[in-house]
Amino acid sequence: MIKTDVVIIGAGPTGLFCAHQLGIIGLKCEIVDNLDKIGGQCIELYPDKPIYDIPAVPKCTGEELTNNLIEQIKPFNFNFHLSDRVQELKNENNKWLVKTLNGKEFETPNIVIAGGVGSFEPRKFPTKSAEKYDGKSVLYSIKDKTIFKDKSVVIFGGGDSALDWAIELSNSSKVTLVHRRDEFRGAPASVQKIKELSDNNTIDLITKYSIKDVKGNGSLESVEIKSESGESKVIKADYVLGFFGLIMQLGPIAEWGLNLDKKTIPVNTENFETNKKGIFAIGDICTYPGKLKLILSGFHEGALAARGCFKYARPDEKYRFEFTTASSTIKDRLGVKE
Amino acid sequence: MAKIKYIEFNGTEHEADVANGLSVMEGAIQNDIPGIDADCGGGMSCATCHVYINDDEWFRKLPEKEMGEDDMLDQAFEPKSNSRLSCQLIVSDDLDGLTVHMPEKQV
Repeated sequence: MIKTDVVIIGAGPTGLFCAHQLGIIGLKCEIVDNLDKIGGQCIELYPDKPIYDIPAVPKCTGEELTNNLIEQIKPFNFNFHLSDRVQELKNENNKWLVKTLNGKEFETPNIVIAGGVGSFEPRKFPTKSAEKYDGKSVLYSIKDKTIFKDKSVVIFGGGDSALDWAIELSNSSKVTLVHRRDEFRGAPASVQKIKELSDNNTIDLITKYSIKDVKGNGSLESVEIKSESGESKVIKADYVLGFFGLIMQLGPIAEWGLNLDKKTIPVNTENFETNKKGIFAIGDICTYPGKLKLILSGFHEGALAARGCFKYARPDEKYRFEFTTASSTIKDRLGVKE
Repeated sequence: MAKIKYIEFNGTEHEADVANGLSVMEGAIQNDIPGIDADCGGGMSCATCHVYINDDEWFRKLPEKEMGEDDMLDQAFEPKSNSRLSCQLIVSDDLDGLTVHMPEKQV
C-alpha cells in the first residue's frame, strides 16, 4: 500500500502540470496511466503535429510539450505507474483506497482524474464471431512473436503497426495483409517494402477488402473478407491480427458514482471537485459552463485542483499563496540554488 | 444556414438547421442528436464523428478530403468508400439538404 497526498489518473499534459502544481505547494503524488508512455493524447494521437496555442510557446509538437512538462516536474521525483489502470475506488474514513488493474494499492485523501476522454484501447474487429478468439488467435497487439512461426497470419490495417508486423512476420510466417483501400498511412519506406514483398510473392496483399467473419471449430481456421461491392474470399488463418489504432473508452471511471454528462464529469470551477469529496476532474474529461477543451484550460484547472487537494491533504495547515519568483520554500522544492 | 438530416443506424431521423461555418459534427452535438461522439472535439484526431454519405451525388459535391482524413477513417468503425468525418464538413448554404447516415457505433 502506497500512501500519498494525491493519485493522478492520466499522464497527459493536464495531469503532468497538475503534478507540477502539487509539487510547488509541497504535496506528493503518484501518477497512473494505461498507456506505456507519458504524454496522453499528445503523445498517442499527435506527437509530430505542431500545437500553436500554448501561451508563450508559439509552436511546439505534442512530443516537445510532453518532454518539457516531464522536465518541469523532474525536481519532484514523482512516481509514474504506466501500462496500468485505476480499477476500483473505495472510501474509508475520508481516505480513498485505490486499486489498479496490476494490483497496486494506494491510500490517498485526493484523486485527480485527468483522464482525457478515457483510456486508450485498441479498436477491435466489428464482427461478433471474432470475440470468441479474442486474446487467443485474434490479437490486437503482439507480445511474443515466436507463436507465429510457420503459421498463417492474416493482418488487417494500413498504418505503421500493420505494415511493420507484416514485414517482420513475413520472415517466418505465411502473411496476408488486408486493407480497406489502396493507400496506406504507414511510413513511405514501409509501404515501399510491402509492395516489394507483394511483388515477389513473399506476402499476399489484398486491398479494398475488410473483415466479414472468422471461422473455426474450437480453434481458428479461416477468415472471410468482403469487398464493398459484395465479393468475398476465404483465407486460411491460424492467427488474425487487427491494427486499427486506438479508441478511447471511459472504462471504470463510469462506475465510481460520479455525476456524468455524456462522457464528461461536471465539476465546480472553484477547485474542480466533482460530486464526490476528494475526487477532482480536470482537462478534457471535466465539464462546466464555458468549458474549452484546450491544453491551456487544463493547466488552469490543474492549478486550482491542486489547491483543492491541499485542504484535504493538510487539514491542519493553512494554504499560503506564493510566487515561484519570490518564495525560497518553492525554490527549495525545485532544488534551485541561487 | 443549411438543413442537415442525420439518420441514426436504427433509422431514426433528425433534422437540424445548422449555421454556416459550423461543422456537420457540431450541428449534431449542439442539437443533442445521438450517434456522433466527437471525442477529440473536431481536431481530426479520432474517428468518432464518422458518417456515411449514401447519396453519390452529394458525396461528390462535398469539399474534398484533406490529407489525413482517410488515414483517420482507417481507424473508424466499418469505414466505407463513402465515409467522411463530419467534423471536416463545414456547413454553408451549399450543404442545404445534405443527409448523413450514422454507423452502427462510433467506438
